[in-house]
Amino acid sequence: MCLAVPGKVLSVAGDEPILRTGRVDFGGIVKEIHLAYVPEAVPGDYVLVHVGFAITVLDAAEAERVLEALETLEEPAGEAAP
Amino acid sequence: MRFRDEYRDPAAARRLSDAIARTVTRPWTLMEVCGGQTHAIVRFGVDRLLPDGVTLVHGPGCPVCVTPVEYVDQAIAIAGRPGVTLCSFGDMLRVPGSSGDLLGAKARGADVRVVYSPLDAVAVARKEPEREVVFFAVGFETTAPANAMAALQARREFLGNFFMLVSHVRVPPAMEAILDAPGGRIQGFLAAGHVCTVMGFEEYEPIARRFGVPIVVTGFEPVDILEGVYLCVRQLEAGRAEVENQYPRRWRGIGDIPESGLGLAPAYADLDAEGRFGAVPAGTEAVGECISGLVLRGERKPPECPAFGTRCTPERPLGVTMVSSEGACAAYYRYRGAHAAAGAGA
Repeated sequence: MCLAVPGKVLSVAGDEPILRTGRVDFGGIVKEIHLAYVPEAVPGDYVLVHVGFAITVLDAAEAERVLEALETLEEPAGEAAP
Repeated sequence: MRFRDEYRDPAAARRLSDAIARTVTRPWTLMEVCGGQTHAIVRFGVDRLLPDGVTLVHGPGCPVCVTPVEYVDQAIAIAGRPGVTLCSFGDMLRVPGSSGDLLGAKARGADVRVVYSPLDAVAVARKEPEREVVFFAVGFETTAPANAMAALQARREFLGNFFMLVSHVRVPPAMEAILDAPGGRIQGFLAAGHVCTVMGFEEYEPIARRFGVPIVVTGFEPVDILEGVYLCVRQLEAGRAEVENQYPRRWRGIGDIPESGLGLAPAYADLDAEGRFGAVPAGTEAVGECISGLVLRGERKPPECPAFGTRCTPERPLGVTMVSSEGACAAYYRYRGAHAAAGAGA
C-alpha cells in the first residue's frame, strides 16, 4: 500500500486549493488525483502519487541530468562523481 | 514510460555494480528500510549484482507488516457490528489477526470494502449517511497527509458517520530500534525516497550521528538502489556516517503537515473510531511458527524460515510478511519461487 507511482497531469480542476484535483495519466490509466499537496503542479508535470494524492512534482529535467552523471561513473571509486 | 526505463538500464546497473566492486575492501551489511525497495531488489536481482560480502538485509518494510495485531482484531470487531462499514486498503484484508482476518469477516457477512484512497472512504460516508463508516488508517509518514486530509474533509462536511481507526507509525524510530537491538549488525541504511518526500531527511541526521551509520536516501528502481548501495559503501570505506541523498527526483516542501498528523489531533477526537467503538487493548503478539518478527528486524531472510513456501505461501500466509504485497517473504516467493535458496545473493 505504501507505493508511490509516477503519472502525468492532464488537467487540473477545483478553485479551492485544498480541494484541487487533477486527471493524472499512469501509462494509459487515468485517475482523478488530489493535488492539494502540490499547489505548483500544472498540466504536463509528472507527479508522484500515493493513495490518491500527489505528494511531489517530479523534475524530469533533473532526472535526466543525474542519468547523464551516471554515464561518467567509469572512473575509479573515490574520484567518481556522486 | 521513458521516465522509468532509464532507471532499469542494464548498462547503468553494470557500471554501478562495477563501481561498488572496486570500492569495497571488506564485508558490509546494509538494510533497505522499505518493502518497495525489497521487492525491486529481489525482482531485479539487485543483490546478485553485488560483490561477495556486501549484504542487503530487509527491513520493517511496510505499514501493513508492522500494524499491531490488536488493531487488526479491533478492525475485525468493528466490521462485525451491525450498521458499520469498514473501509481499508486492500493489503490489510488478509493480514492475520489473532483469529482470522478482515477477508474472513467479509465472507461472514461484514461490510468490509477496499478503498484506494482515504477519500474514497469519506465518499462512502457521504453517500451512505445511514451507515457508520470506519476507515482503517494505517501508514508510514508517506500516507499521513492523505489520511489527515480524510479527517479534514469529513470535518468540513460535518459528516457525523465517519470514523478512523488510526495505527500510524514513523520510520526513524523503527530504524533506531533496529540499531539499538543487541547483536545488531546493520552498518548502513538505504532509506526510502518517498517518505522523505513528505518528511525531508533532517530526521535521519541524529540517527546517522548517534549510531555512526551512513543513511542514503534512495528510490525504488534498480539503478536507484545500486547507486544508493554505492554511495553507502563509499561512505563506509571512507569512515564517514552521513545522510546522503541519491534520489535524483527532487522533492519540495508540501506545506503545513502538523506533527500530530500521525494520530488524530484533539480537535478531531470525535472521528476516532477507538472513542466510538472502544479502545484497542494493549496486547502481546502471538508467537507461532512464523518468524516475521525476525524478518522485519532484518535478522533472518525469508528462505531461512522452515515454513517458507511450504506451510506458508501467499495463498495461506502464516504472517504479514507473506501477506503484504510489499512484504519481504512475498517478494522472495513471487520472484524466486517456493524453493528460494537461503542467503541467495548475499
